[in-house]
Amino acid sequence: MASVSTNQFKGGLKFMLDGDPCSIIENELVKPGKGQAFNRVKFRNLKTGRVNERTFKSGDSVESADVMEVELEYSYTDGEFWYFMDSETFEQHTADANAVEDCLKWLKEQYVYTVTQWNGTPLLVTAPNFVNLAVTDTDPGLKGDTAGTGGKPATLETGAIVRVPLFMSIGEVLKIDTRSGEYVERAKDA
Amino acid sequence: MSTIENNWQPSAEIDTLKKRAQYLADVRLFFAERDVWEVETPILSQAAPTAPYLDSFTTDYIPIGTQTKQTHYLHTSPEFAMKRLLAAGSGSIYQIARVFRNGEQGKLHSPEFTMLEWYRPELSLNQLIDEVNSLLQQVFGFKPVCRLSYRGIFEFYLKLNVFSCSDEAIKHCAQQHITGLPEDLETDRDGWLEILMSYIIEPRLAAMNMPLFIYDFPASQAQLAKIKTDCDGYQVADRFELYINGIELANGYNELQDADELRQRFEHDNQQRIKHNKSIMPLDENLLAAMKQGLPECSGVALGLDRLIMLTLDKQAITQVQSFNC
Repeated sequence: MASVSTNQFKGGLKFMLDGDPCSIIENELVKPGKGQAFNRVKFRNLKTGRVNERTFKSGDSVESADVMEVELEYSYTDGEFWYFMDSETFEQHTADANAVEDCLKWLKEQYVYTVTQWNGTPLLVTAPNFVNLAVTDTDPGLKGDTAGTGGKPATLETGAIVRVPLFMSIGEVLKIDTRSGEYVERAKDA
Repeated sequence: MSTIENNWQPSAEIDTLKKRAQYLADVRLFFAERDVWEVETPILSQAAPTAPYLDSFTTDYIPIGTQTKQTHYLHTSPEFAMKRLLAAGSGSIYQIARVFRNGEQGKLHSPEFTMLEWYRPELSLNQLIDEVNSLLQQVFGFKPVCRLSYRGIFEFYLKLNVFSCSDEAIKHCAQQHITGLPEDLETDRDGWLEILMSYIIEPRLAAMNMPLFIYDFPASQAQLAKIKTDCDGYQVADRFELYINGIELANGYNELQDADELRQRFEHDNQQRIKHNKSIMPLDENLLAAMKQGLPECSGVALGLDRLIMLTLDKQAITQVQSFNC
């Protein structure tokens, strides 16, 4: 496995630390005028998702991690694993509950997700910033309410519950921002 | 946006660069009013500083018509040449110099930056601190400064007497207070002290809204300053560092005058460099000869002008006050 030196550290670089693949969030050079240099690194452990800090002596090397991001189409789940497909090679990839945890409520068949793979195994599945999902359950719409005051909860086809304006009814397709989990607007084309 | 089409753009806004120009003019006026005259010294030198953690850029001088290469170094500060001027009787001098440090790049570091350095034969180190204070207030609009000893600051923030405690105690303190220090991280006593300073003390100093001078450093960090005995009998380096918002800005010495001691320090530095697999630096024999003849008793300070302007204009990185980032 290739090694990377601290002088190549930058945001987004993937490396191995204590056996886990990690991604650098921030790299800062700590160096008093004539003193020794260190790299203070804030990173995300891609297996646990936790953010941590670590100091390296400048010039030290770490092992680079074979981490890739690929775009895969979600196929189905058998309750234990979630199956994704490469739409060019039709190759199937299997993700476990850990990997899909954060985007479970945005998972819809045939949608394309960003899958972070380490040595070919999906580590993390990330939803696109916006998804269009149909409302499967909500209180009856209130005619005339266009001011959007307060809103009401609506259950979407993936099981996610979001606040929507009062006039929304079952069957409508909504554009949702997956980062904030908020309703954006009625989907223009479902 | 860092697309190829935009790469030609300055890293600072034009308005910021105009303000920078005004500060430079004001600094020159400040010194003119004090009869400190501006000097220029060569960037290229055949000798280089020996400091173990300071890396000079090297380049080759090739006389026309020959294949012979002579290694030249880009100065990391104009200190050596300015001291030769002092030994030649210059009196008080200052310089605004571009200086070069290999490998240093970050929010607060740049391989090429601007140093304001000045020497005052008639001022004590304390009087020089007063003058830095005047410069900060008059030109850059800072509040009056506060002064604390190196020992006092470690006692206050970490309950550590840095002059009497063991190396182990310092290492233990660092391991205890700092997350993410690998257990096998090896460094020496000064290395651990620097880590504590950078990780624990500097962030707390950031909360102080006045410039701070830290003085009386451990003798092992004397660099080119004199060593003296403090009121409790500890050997300390007669130098100071200036911090604003937790950022190290300047380094001042009661300048070492003893040429023999300086040679010993240079040689000791080179031994350290060998230990760290770094090349030995050629000693500046001209500086040593000048000091042998006699450097006047003087105080001197080097101040990172980019960082000072960055802080004054409330910017986050020195590239935001430099025209271009190399």
